[in-house]
Amino acid sequence: MAQNQYLYAVARIRSRELRLLNASFMEQLVTAPDAAACMRLLRDKGWDGGEPEDSDGMLAEEQKKTWGLMKELVKDMSVFDVFLYVNDYHNLKAAIKECKSKNAFSNIYLSQGTIPVADIRKAVEENDLSSLPEGMRNSAQEAMKALLHTGDGQLCDMIIDRAALEAVRQAGEQSGNEFLKLYGELTVAAADIKIAVRAARTKKTRAFLEKALVECGTLNLKALADAALESEEAVAAYLEKTDYEDGAQELRKSPSAFERWCDNLLIRRIRPQLHNPFGIGPLAAYILARDSEIKSVRIILAGKRNGLPETAIRERVRETYV
Amino acid sequence: MLNIGVILALLGAVLAALCAGIGSSIGVGMAGEAAAGVVTEDPAQFSKVLLLQLLPGTQGIYGLLIGFVTLTQIGIMGGSSDVSVVKGMLYLVACLPMAFVGYKSAIRQAQASVASIGLVAKRPDQFGKAMIFPAMVETYAILALLISILAIFGIGGLAI
Repeated sequence: MAQNQYLYAVARIRSRELRLLNASFMEQLVTAPDAAACMRLLRDKGWDGGEPEDSDGMLAEEQKKTWGLMKELVKDMSVFDVFLYVNDYHNLKAAIKECKSKNAFSNIYLSQGTIPVADIRKAVEENDLSSLPEGMRNSAQEAMKALLHTGDGQLCDMIIDRAALEAVRQAGEQSGNEFLKLYGELTVAAADIKIAVRAARTKKTRAFLEKALVECGTLNLKALADAALESEEAVAAYLEKTDYEDGAQELRKSPSAFERWCDNLLIRRIRPQLHNPFGIGPLAAYILARDSEIKSVRIILAGKRNGLPETAIRERVRETYV
Repeated sequence: MLNIGVILALLGAVLAALCAGIGSSIGVGMAGEAAAGVVTEDPAQFSKVLLLQLLPGTQGIYGLLIGFVTLTQIGIMGGSSDVSVVKGMLYLVACLPMAFVGYKSAIRQAQASVASIGLVAKRPDQFGKAMIFPAMVETYAILALLISILAIFGIGGLAI
C-alpha cells in the first residue's frame, strides 16, 4: 500500500505540472531582446520572488517554493535526501577551502541540504568531524589531509565529489524505490562520462581516473578509463556500445552539446513519471524538473546579460520536462 | 433449535456486504485523497473529481443489495426462516461473486479513478474520456451483481 501513500501529493503535483515552463516558453525567453524582458516574462508566469531586477533572488525563491511545497506534501522528507547529498558535499568542499584560506565567504554555500551549513563549518573549523555522517566524515578527513599536505585543491575536490557520487548511488539503491535508484545510477553514470571526457581532453593519468571514477551498473569503468586515456573519440566510441549511445553524437558535436546531453539524460528518463499516478516518483521527478528549468532560466539570463547570440543560448538550454 | 441453513445463508449475506463495503471504502478513500489534491490547486474541478471519486462506491451498494435480498429470501426480514443446510450453502455460494468481485473491483476501479483524476487535473476538457476508464471496471461488478442476484432468486424456487 506504499504506493497509495502519496495520492493527495501526486494529484497536487499533476496540477502544478501545468505551471512548469515548457519548450515554447523557453524559446520565448531565448528570443526575448534582453535579460529585463526575460524577467518580465518570468514575473508574468508567476516567478515573483526577490527584488524586481534581482534574478538570483528570484531563482533562489523559486527553489525555496519547490522545497516548501514538498515539505507541505511529504511528512518524511528524508526520502528526498538523495537529491540533497550533492549540496551537503558541496558545502563540505566550501567549508574546507574557506577554512584553509582563513577568509569568510558567506555566499559559497548552498542552503538546501540534509546537514545545516553551520554544523559542517563548525566541524571543519574545529577539526572535529565526529558530528558528520560516516561517509562524509571519511572523505572530509581524506580531503583535509590532501589539501594540507599537497595544497592541491583539485585533489580535494575530487575526493569529495567521488564521496558525493557514492553517497547518491548508495542512497538510491537503499531507498527501495525504482525511480530513486534510477536517479542514483544516472547521476553517477553522467558524472563518470563527464570525468572521462574531461580527462581525455586534459590528458590525465590512469591513477587519476581510477580515483575519480565511481562504480555504477551501466558503465564498465575499466573500458571507460582505457578510452579516456586514448582520446575523446575513443570515449565516444565506447559510449556507442553502452545505454548512452546518443551521448556519443553530442560529444562529437560540441562540448556544450555534450554537457546539455548529460543534463537532458535525466529529464528524458524521468519523463514517464508524468503518467504515473502513484508513489514518490512523480514528486521526485517534479523536484528534478524544477531544478532543470531553474538551471535553464539561469543559463538564458546569463547569456542575455553577456550578449550571447540566440543560437549559442539555445544550444545550452536544457530540455523541458513538460 | 440451531438452524445451520440460516447461519450459512446469513454468512453469505454478511460476506457480500462486508467485502464489497470494505473494497468501496478503500476505493472511495483513495480517490478522495487524489480529488482533494486537485481541488487544493484548482477548486473549479470539484464537481468533476467528485464524480470520479464516487465511482468505486457502487460496489458497496451492490453488496448491500445482495445482502438485503438474501436476508429477505431466508426470512430474517420477516416470514418463514426454514432454510435447509443445502439451501443455506447454496445462498452462501451465490453471495460469493459479489463479495470477491466487489472487493477487488472497487480497489482496481479506485486506481483507475485516481489516474483519471490526474487526467482531469491536466486536461479538464477531457473529463468525458476520463470517466470512461474507471467506468469500464464497473462492468465486472455489475456482472457479479447479476450472477449473485439470479442465483439467489433461483435458489428460492428449488425444492431442496
